[in-house]
Amino acid sequence: MPMPDTDTSSPKYLRDKYAIVGVGETTYTRGSGVTTRALGTWAVRNAIEDAGLKASDVDGMLSYQSGDSTFSTFIAGDLGLRLNFYMDVFGGGSSTEALVGMAMGLIEAGMCRTVAIFRAMNGFSQVRIGGTGARAAAPIMGDALHGRTYGWQSAGQMFAPTFMRHMHDYGTKPEQVAHVKHFHSCHASNNPKAFYKKRYSVDEVLNSRIICKPLHLLDCCVETDNGTAIIVTSAERARNLRQHPVLIRGVVGRCSKPRTDMHYQTGPISTVAGHYAKDILWPNSGVGPEDIDLTGSYDAFTFTTMLQLEDYGFCKKGEGGDYVSNGTIKLGGKRPNNTSGGHLCEGYTHGVNMVVENVRQLRHDVDDYCPIGPDGKRQHTYDYREGGCRQVKNAELSANLGWANPGTGSAMVMRRG
Amino acid sequence: MAIQATYLDMPLAIDDLDVENLAYFKHCAAHDFRLQRCTKCNLLRYPPTTACPWCMNPKSDWVPVEAKGAVHSYTEVHHAIQPAFKAHTPYLVLLVDLDTQKGKPTKDEALRVMGNLTTPDGKLAPADMVRKVGIGTRMRMVFADAGPGIAIPHWTIDEAAQQPAKPWRYPQE
Ligand SMILES: [Zn+2]
Repeated sequence: MPMPDTDTSSPKYLRDKYAIVGVGETTYTRGSGVTTRALGTWAVRNAIEDAGLKASDVDGMLSYQSGDSTFSTFIAGDLGLRLNFYMDVFGGGSSTEALVGMAMGLIEAGMCRTVAIFRAMNGFSQVRIGGTGARAAAPIMGDALHGRTYGWQSAGQMFAPTFMRHMHDYGTKPEQVAHVKHFHSCHASNNPKAFYKKRYSVDEVLNSRIICKPLHLLDCCVETDNGTAIIVTSAERARNLRQHPVLIRGVVGRCSKPRTDMHYQTGPISTVAGHYAKDILWPNSGVGPEDIDLTGSYDAFTFTTMLQLEDYGFCKKGEGGDYVSNGTIKLGGKRPNNTSGGHLCEGYTHGVNMVVENVRQLRHDVDDYCPIGPDGKRQHTYDYREGGCRQVKNAELSANLGWANPGTGSAMVMRRG
Repeated sequence: MAIQATYLDMPLAIDDLDVENLAYFKHCAAHDFRLQRCTKCNLLRYPPTTACPWCMNPKSDWVPVEAKGAVHSYTEVHHAIQPAFKAHTPYLVLLVDLDTQKGKPTKDEALRVMGNLTTPDGKLAPADMVRKVGIGTRMRMVFADAGPGIAIPHWTIDEAAQQPAKPWRYPQE
């Protein structure tokens, strides 16, 4: 029997068809004292509870890691979930948004109904994310012969030529970029969960010791131990769940510059993957950067935040230094970035906690120091002084910009349902 | 044949299957810098790979390349991650645009070859030399012998070349 023609009447985009309905975390800490299996299990459990779902409602699981975590099978087994789909992928900071896109595709294809995505890591007490310890001692083979042999191993070392060239090409100043840490640390001071809650001035960043130029110690993120998770399901199902739905407008996943891992061979190296990813993200989302109320631009380093905001079009190419220092990205500014304090201050999770934060922002229920009212909801004051509020007023649209390295990135736009 | 070597107290290993890296470092051992040239489109490529990134042709020839160029970007490491480098800080990691094939196949492309800043005899440079090098500095390649069948290509200041009046350096020393 001949198959019917491909249906061309279906909408091209999946805008607002899927939602993030649950988020879960463990304590952002150094020295979790437990396995990544426990961290992953507890984060997924917390996300399922947050959504108001039962174990039997979750039938899909996705995770990512780089040989430093526990596979989905153990997490699902520990929680008594029976899965219709699971997959554990290799990778880091560009994975969160990419896996959300995969979850949408899985549900759209009818392969499962509700997907838990997690990242569990002892990034301080086991496999150190900064690359010290076992990773630094392993024999040098293959592609690493052209990198680690030269003392070019850690993320900071490998990204630095891109950062330096941006300063050379556009006159970007260290003090402009240091504002990212200043603002994110101010945000973290209003976040009871943040590993570092202290506010840092621009001068304190510039006076901290040089790790590898142009990175001072305080330009670099924190290494922590934690599990984080999010739950993706259809917008239809989301309407009957516990939380105010947060809808997914559009996703771009692991979009790359030419030659990906050897990206420094091609094009201007002061341009990053967002330059390509923006042409998928904004059309998929049906909005542009000017519509966005808050961002979650990956802050493995102060510079990664700047480069992505610039290449996704939040300012003109080359004006990232001004954009991140002129007050736009601070709480109370036009478009705050990483209101939790991000990887620089809250904790390092390879991206999930920045999505968790924006989900809570779009629920208008971020977990700051504001008092909780009789309805169980926080009464936000919008007073952003230290130890106060970090809720963005009337937050409707957010953008998360995930970074693996200068050559690869992912992004997602979410909106309040 | 597989190579096992120790360089700066770091174990290096190339197994028999990694024929591209075996060939690359075998030439380096003879202080002969060669890159793969595509047999179809004739473009050179770096680092060693298994096909041409411009035409997908898997076949290539190892051809001698003039190893001179200018620093495209760099980092100056003050806090070493690998124990072997702790005794050598600050050290420079250089990304050098070779003159050969610069601006090809598109204007923003170049053969950008990694290396440390070293003295002319291939030893990691002392701090006073590190302070002289920045974006634009003219470099020439030297080799650090690491054992039978392998030497590590590095960069040293090209004394014979006309140097920029002031190479671009990170503003904070
Ligand atoms: Zn070719």
